[in-house]
Amino acid sequence: MTEPAQVLDGSPPDVDHDFIHEVMAAVPGDSRLQMCIQCGTCGGSCPSAADMDHTPRHLFAMVRAGARDKVLRSNTPWMCVSCYYCSVRCPQEVHIPDVMYGLKSIAAREGRSPSSAAPDFSRTFMSAVHRFGRSYEMGLVARHYLRHFPLRIPGMAPAGMGMLASGRMDIRPHRIRDVKGLQAILAKAKELETLP
Amino acid sequence: MNTQPVGPREKVGVYICHCGSNIAGTVDVEAVRDWAAENLAGHGVVIARDNKFMCSSTGQELIEKDIEELGLSRVVVAACSPHMHEKTFRGACARAGLNPYLCELVSIREQVSWVHSDKAAATAKAKAVVAGGVFRVEEHAPLEPIRVPINPATLVVGGGIAGITAALELADAGFPVHMVEREPSIGGHMAMFDKTFPTLDCAACILTPKMNEVGMHPNVTLHTWSEVTDLSGYVGSFTATIKHRARYINADLCTGCGICQEKCPVKVVDQVYEAGIGYRKSAYMPFPQAVPKVPVIDGPNCTYFSKGTCKACEKFCPTGAIDFTQQDDEVKVEVGNVVLATGFELFDSRRVEQYGYGRLPNVFTSLEFERMSNAAGPTNGRIVLRDGVTEPKSVGIIHCVGSRDRNYNSFCSAICCMQSLKFAHLIGEHTDATVHNFYIDVRAPGKAFDEFYQRVLEEGTIFVRGRVAEVTDALRLPDEADQDGRLIVQVEDSLAGMQRRIPVDMVILSAGLEPPHDAKETAHRFGISCSSDGWVIERHPKLDPVATMTDGIFAAGCALGPRDIPSSVANGAAAAARILGRIQQKEMSLEPVRASVDESRCSGCRICNDLCPYNAILFHEDQMVSEVNAALCQGCGTCVAACPAGAMSGTGFSDAQVMAQIEGLLSVTATGEPRVPHPLLEGVPA
Amino acid sequence: MKEFLYYPGCSMSGTAKGYNDSLEAIAGPLGIDLHEVNDWSCCGASEYFSIGPLRGYALVARNLAIAEREPSESRTLVAPCSLCYVNLAKTNKYVRTDTALAGKVNEALGAAGLSYTPGSVEVRHLFEIVIHDVGADAVREKVVRPLRGLKIAPYLGCLVTRPDPEKRWKAKEHPREFDRLLEALGAEVIDYPLRTDCCGGHLSQISPGMGLEMIRRLLDSAERRGADLLATICPMCQMNIDLYQAEVNRRFKTDFKIPILFFTQLVGLAFGMDAKSLGIGSEVISSRHALAKIGIEVPEPPEGEPVAAGAPAEKPRAPRARKGPELPMPHMPKDEGVGP
Repeated sequence: MTEPAQVLDGSPPDVDHDFIHEVMAAVPGDSRLQMCIQCGTCGGSCPSAADMDHTPRHLFAMVRAGARDKVLRSNTPWMCVSCYYCSVRCPQEVHIPDVMYGLKSIAAREGRSPSSAAPDFSRTFMSAVHRFGRSYEMGLVARHYLRHFPLRIPGMAPAGMGMLASGRMDIRPHRIRDVKGLQAILAKAKELETLP
Repeated sequence: MNTQPVGPREKVGVYICHCGSNIAGTVDVEAVRDWAAENLAGHGVVIARDNKFMCSSTGQELIEKDIEELGLSRVVVAACSPHMHEKTFRGACARAGLNPYLCELVSIREQVSWVHSDKAAATAKAKAVVAGGVFRVEEHAPLEPIRVPINPATLVVGGGIAGITAALELADAGFPVHMVEREPSIGGHMAMFDKTFPTLDCAACILTPKMNEVGMHPNVTLHTWSEVTDLSGYVGSFTATIKHRARYINADLCTGCGICQEKCPVKVVDQVYEAGIGYRKSAYMPFPQAVPKVPVIDGPNCTYFSKGTCKACEKFCPTGAIDFTQQDDEVKVEVGNVVLATGFELFDSRRVEQYGYGRLPNVFTSLEFERMSNAAGPTNGRIVLRDGVTEPKSVGIIHCVGSRDRNYNSFCSAICCMQSLKFAHLIGEHTDATVHNFYIDVRAPGKAFDEFYQRVLEEGTIFVRGRVAEVTDALRLPDEADQDGRLIVQVEDSLAGMQRRIPVDMVILSAGLEPPHDAKETAHRFGISCSSDGWVIERHPKLDPVATMTDGIFAAGCALGPRDIPSSVANGAAAAARILGRIQQKEMSLEPVRASVDESRCSGCRICNDLCPYNAILFHEDQMVSEVNAALCQGCGTCVAACPAGAMSGTGFSDAQVMAQIEGLLSVTATGEPRVPHPLLEGVPA
Repeated sequence: MKEFLYYPGCSMSGTAKGYNDSLEAIAGPLGIDLHEVNDWSCCGASEYFSIGPLRGYALVARNLAIAEREPSESRTLVAPCSLCYVNLAKTNKYVRTDTALAGKVNEALGAAGLSYTPGSVEVRHLFEIVIHDVGADAVREKVVRPLRGLKIAPYLGCLVTRPDPEKRWKAKEHPREFDRLLEALGAEVIDYPLRTDCCGGHLSQISPGMGLEMIRRLLDSAERRGADLLATICPMCQMNIDLYQAEVNRRFKTDFKIPILFFTQLVGLAFGMDAKSLGIGSEVISSRHALAKIGIEVPEPPEGEPVAAGAPAEKPRAPRARKGPELPMPHMPKDEGVGP
């Protein structure tokens, strides 16, 4: 079987035939990814496909071909909005949004950053939940916009002030009582995540 | 039954097949052979042989020779499943003069070598299986097949092209046919089509001559606007009850002039023949070339029946054929065989929300388009939008709607790709519209099919490989600003690797084929099986595609599954040929493996009556005993097992035979040694 | 009164305060008694599953475990927010069907002395409760102030009918139940083709190019069809369309001024309740003008409202007039939630 042509600088070819199994193992239950017939319904349904570097269908073809590096560097899963159009229409009942979450978690674990603010947003969100047990809109927005979209702040300010004034946003975070318990749960879960 | 051999009563020959390496690869065939010769001599085995392929003529000759030379009185063949070669070996015995029912085929392929990988264990099991066969065959008695007469009349259910073909073959051969059709006219779906692929023959032009032949044939009795409500009996002697629904028109007086249809004031949507995009009257003939040329009055939509007024048809009918007092009636016909040609129904595209059928006016189904394209259809052959006026400038055709989709039907509907190509061509014939076909694959396997694909490409049809994600009327500015009122087909062009939104005026859905909505009821009524999808199950998918598991009942056309016109015609002709063969022989032999009741033991509990899947057990009230109809009985054994009094026994599977086989199976241990009976049981008769 | 376990979700005390206030107001009249579970925590939105999936499932399962032991007759956990609902429902389903996952999740929960018996609680969306348990007819009976003349586009968002793990909806893309409910309130319902299209979720914050475009599509379609306002059932959808509408206008040079209210707020108005008590007036794109059309007064917006008060938006383009089909249309059965 011939593999894709090697780059002449001697770097290893991007081929990992076990990749599809790795991806499927990262999804709970049976994702049915191997049932994909490349019909394109997912790529056709996806509302954010225009901004993806590969359509969902194309990404799955690359997973099957073992192009692990290309797939994990793709911004496609990070642009997924989990609207489930693809999965209800998929004729082979592939659990596409779950596969996208699986791909994101593998990419995140390996520290791959596509040109997307998404992983950082997720981590910021998670750190608030870890501290308070609840999401903290003000903190999330403040840190995220300052870091990634500072130019949007002036435009958003009136709306933001309006929300504060009408009680739709709290300056202070809400806290649950059993934060310690929650943190213990998350720590244990994190430990179990890294096990094979 | 023997636990200890008391001296062999019969001379048994044992033949073990290698089946190439199918059996021999796992089972040590020679060891089993030697073992049988040595250990089963006490049960009559006088010779044990093996052969690479017992079913070959060489293999069979071994058996025949031994019967002649050694005077064998019983034969055991250890090979494949009886479904495969029981007939073969019985035939060999019969040729050598031994009653074929004195031969037993035991499976050491499907039941041993194909399901086990441990060679030692498999060999031991094979020995047990052979022993079971040998013990059993000692209890066999010679049997003669049951012969039943074949009534030369045939019932054909369904008046589409498959049924018509079968009926004409039988009728032309000189035998009577009863054709039952649920609609007012025969013709089926083919009568609705415009042109057929790939030759572009006009469907009605090639069909109507055949319809007329059926209508005029002296040997065909046509029952239209009718249904079979009951079928009883067995192969060669069926009794079918046919219900004729009231037409409210006296067929003997009607001349088919059509005045009643013209004068009827009630216009309703014709959901059947016009696929819902045209109208008909309440008093109607589905189409001008209807056979028989007798209208029906649609009771639920008739003003007279709902309000007691009107009666325009009666006023104007020149022969006084209208009869509002007409009732449904019923006839019983005697036939020898049945052909089920009940056809298909179109998948309901309303179920696929994302294509907008039913919500967006300019989305059409395949049958709606056929009617539109047909010069005799509701638009006189003009391709127009739902407004009935505007010609589309751009059409999108979507393949695989409701097919190849686990959300609806997993199967491929076989004809839709070719149909979609045909539509592309027809749109080009009628309009200047641009046509896009949206496909996953292009399935064009038949004769001249791929050439037709080439033709459609040459004509300028644009093919986009991508299963359409949605059809929408919601626009996205700015590039679609001028598309207001149009439809957008959103799809991933998988070959170009990008999502596209293609504006069109009209969308045609190539909807899949499904079994008729009452397929399971029909199967039950006729005593045949249908799959979980609802298609009729053929006796063998490769080698017996028009017979069912029920003797005397055949199937043809789309009742068996999606297929095109030539295949349906071939099925119809094949079913007719099989039936003609039977009719010619005047009688048929049935397997004598049947249940029978020992009346002296029967207590009349009737447990067996309801258990019988073939309704083969009758109950005699006066004597309080049950009786098995040997012709209907298929020898499944359910009643034999269930009878609490032991009154039911099976010829060919008597209690003695089954117990002996069990004894034989248990006589060998898991390591292939003869099992020594427990000391406490020594001498105890089983 | 029917009692339900209640999981509010983080936004109810924040960005979806209007949803919270109006739900409190109408729950009683609808016969719904919501028993908030004790010390619930965030559902993780779509963030945890992208980075640490097991942590995500454990986070959600903590709430299921808490609900399981909540002292109440009810075994049904209701969430008003679509994202919370999907997380709870999916996790509930996965721990039932994937025993390996259930084992790990319970091991993690054990670190806080908690555990969850898969399937012991059933998860439902608040909107679905109102539709199937209360019913549009029961709502209609309580309407004292019909919203006649108000043109509403029913916007469900993507997650209530998809993925639908417990199969509660027949139509997943164009369900008509929300249309029926709004009709029961007396409003004129726009045939809104994007009723279950996605608002973009967190894309408005992460990738505004596409995120804002997805919001623009929803507004554009509503405007084309002449909607006075959008009705919704999810805090995320409301926030995206409300909070980011001004930014959409700036980026795409559009001039949308379409307010978006929660269905509970509209039910409350139709029940004759006071707008302020329903949290109306706290939205960024004010509903004052739209509701004034039918004679309902909305209190002054707080400072910082970017919309010019009182200036009517440019007249929306009317949808192309349909003469009525010459060829008959297929029949769409109304009672199955699929017909118009």
